[in-house]
Amino acid sequence: MKNTQELQEVASQVRRDIVRMVHKVQSGHPGGSLGCTDFLVSLYFEHMNLDPKNWNMDGKNEDLFFLSNGHISPVWYSVLSRRGYFPVSELGTFRHIDSRLQGHPATEEGLEGIRVASGSLGQGLSVALGAAQTKKLNKDEGIVYTLHGDGEMQEGQIWEAAMYAAHHKVDNLIATIDYNGQQIDGSLEDVMSLGNLGDKWRAFGWEVMEMKGHDFDSIRETVNAAKAKLGHGKPVLILMHTDMGHGVDFMAGTHKWHGIAPNDEQLDLALAQLPETLGDY
Amino acid sequence: MKKFNITEKKDTRSGFGAGLAALGETNPNVVALCADLTGSLKMNAFKDAHPDRFFQVGIAEANMMGLAAGMTIGGKIPFTGTFANFSTGRVYDQIRQSIAYSGKNVKICASHAGLTLGEDGATHQILEDIGMMQMLPHMTVINPCDYNQTKAATMAIADFEGPVYLRFGRPSVPVFTDADQKFEIGKAWLIDEGTDVSIIATGHLVWEAIEAAHALEAKGISAEVINIHTIKPLDVDAIVKSVKKTGCVVTAEEHQIIGGLGSVVAQCVSQHCPSPIEFVGVNDSFGESGKPADLMKKYGLDAENIVLAAERAIGKKA
Repeated sequence: MKNTQELQEVASQVRRDIVRMVHKVQSGHPGGSLGCTDFLVSLYFEHMNLDPKNWNMDGKNEDLFFLSNGHISPVWYSVLSRRGYFPVSELGTFRHIDSRLQGHPATEEGLEGIRVASGSLGQGLSVALGAAQTKKLNKDEGIVYTLHGDGEMQEGQIWEAAMYAAHHKVDNLIATIDYNGQQIDGSLEDVMSLGNLGDKWRAFGWEVMEMKGHDFDSIRETVNAAKAKLGHGKPVLILMHTDMGHGVDFMAGTHKWHGIAPNDEQLDLALAQLPETLGDY
Repeated sequence: MKKFNITEKKDTRSGFGAGLAALGETNPNVVALCADLTGSLKMNAFKDAHPDRFFQVGIAEANMMGLAAGMTIGGKIPFTGTFANFSTGRVYDQIRQSIAYSGKNVKICASHAGLTLGEDGATHQILEDIGMMQMLPHMTVINPCDYNQTKAATMAIADFEGPVYLRFGRPSVPVFTDADQKFEIGKAWLIDEGTDVSIIATGHLVWEAIEAAHALEAKGISAEVINIHTIKPLDVDAIVKSVKKTGCVVTAEEHQIIGGLGSVVAQCVSQHCPSPIEFVGVNDSFGESGKPADLMKKYGLDAENIVLAAERAIGKKA
């Protein structure tokens, strides 16, 4: 458990990790990673019941997290390593050959903390629901968390899973959507508008909450309120308002940094905005 | 050629249903998911006995595959049930990423495979599923030949760690394997020995291969018949041993020749014991509506065509 200032320090280091990883290999997805940093730091350092040193696939009696929008792997890898799942030195292997840190998260190389491959969008909610139902069968009180991109809402499987969760009363799961309004080809409104996203989820039978994704107090308050809603027969969704690229001024608020890497000069500009708090890998 | 005393015909899907029901009693970790085809897949016995371990998914197969992958986390052994078409092509990416690449212990149980689905026609008669599934790393592919073998396979895969595709069908076919057989994944079953040609068959075509061997015997030709119930991993040793002895081979399957049993046996034979080979299977076409027996005859998937293929293969021997 960390206070807000400590969480901010972790988040600054995670953002440094992200831009350095993506810069080193000159590929990867910095925009969404930066935008979800504060949320993932909050989850892993404040909210989730975890046992990183004894990690195993089943995760019995622990909380589980599933990253459905697997392309924001840099933030997840950084948070996992900073939380103690694997050595931070391994972050430097991201997307290189013979690495456990694949471009998109995978289980094949046995990286601690990852329970299913993701990258092809729309699949993570189904997997998380299955894990949540197994927890119920096992009388395991752990909570299952997921994170999704807002563009991912365009995948049909998401809505199959949404329908299922309400019908089967999967009320030990909190799904979160990174609602930054951007996707590769431009703004969501231009590419494929989602209409009233909160109303859509409510219509599918979910409890819907909203939070500010770069405000640790808002995240704390909302996640705690979401936890309090569990166990009442309905799945819970958080619409998390974020800026893609948050924390690096020239990357923020645009889809242009969805999937490109900074050059040397841009790296320096970015790192100058992000204090090194825990030591670079 | 060995004679079988056939006393009954049953559908292989009922073998699956019986195997699943038996597993319900013996393995508390087995759970079942179905996409609105509980009756067609014969899953009602399991559902009625274990409602807490049965999950109705509705007509949402992509979600079903993801759910199954997730249910393995925490130790459950999920069996998914729908038609073979909706178990494979419709959900290929979900199986590829969430199950195969993720190494999940999911059993994908697929009924109504092939032409013998009958009157529903080509939209539902998948003939490419074995090919799609065997291309996936980590995937085991099983296509048993009768009721008893399907039941035994269903029970065996629960004890096997890893993703499995289990294919079976709708029509009633002769029951000729032992009710108490031990099903060994990856182990070919040498049904009867012969010296002139190896007939390597899978699924519903195994019985046709046995009938073909009898017809060949009447013509003075000695056929060896092998049941390949596990297409992946392929029992290479059994095939090579047989073909080295007989000098030629015929494959028989209710599937496209491209990508199916014929393709993998051809790879095996060309690598280890190059020999003449003939293929009985669907030759790069879709199916159509009709009675199962009429379709199998029209598309050449019967004993008569296996006999002709054997004679062609023997004729090509040096």
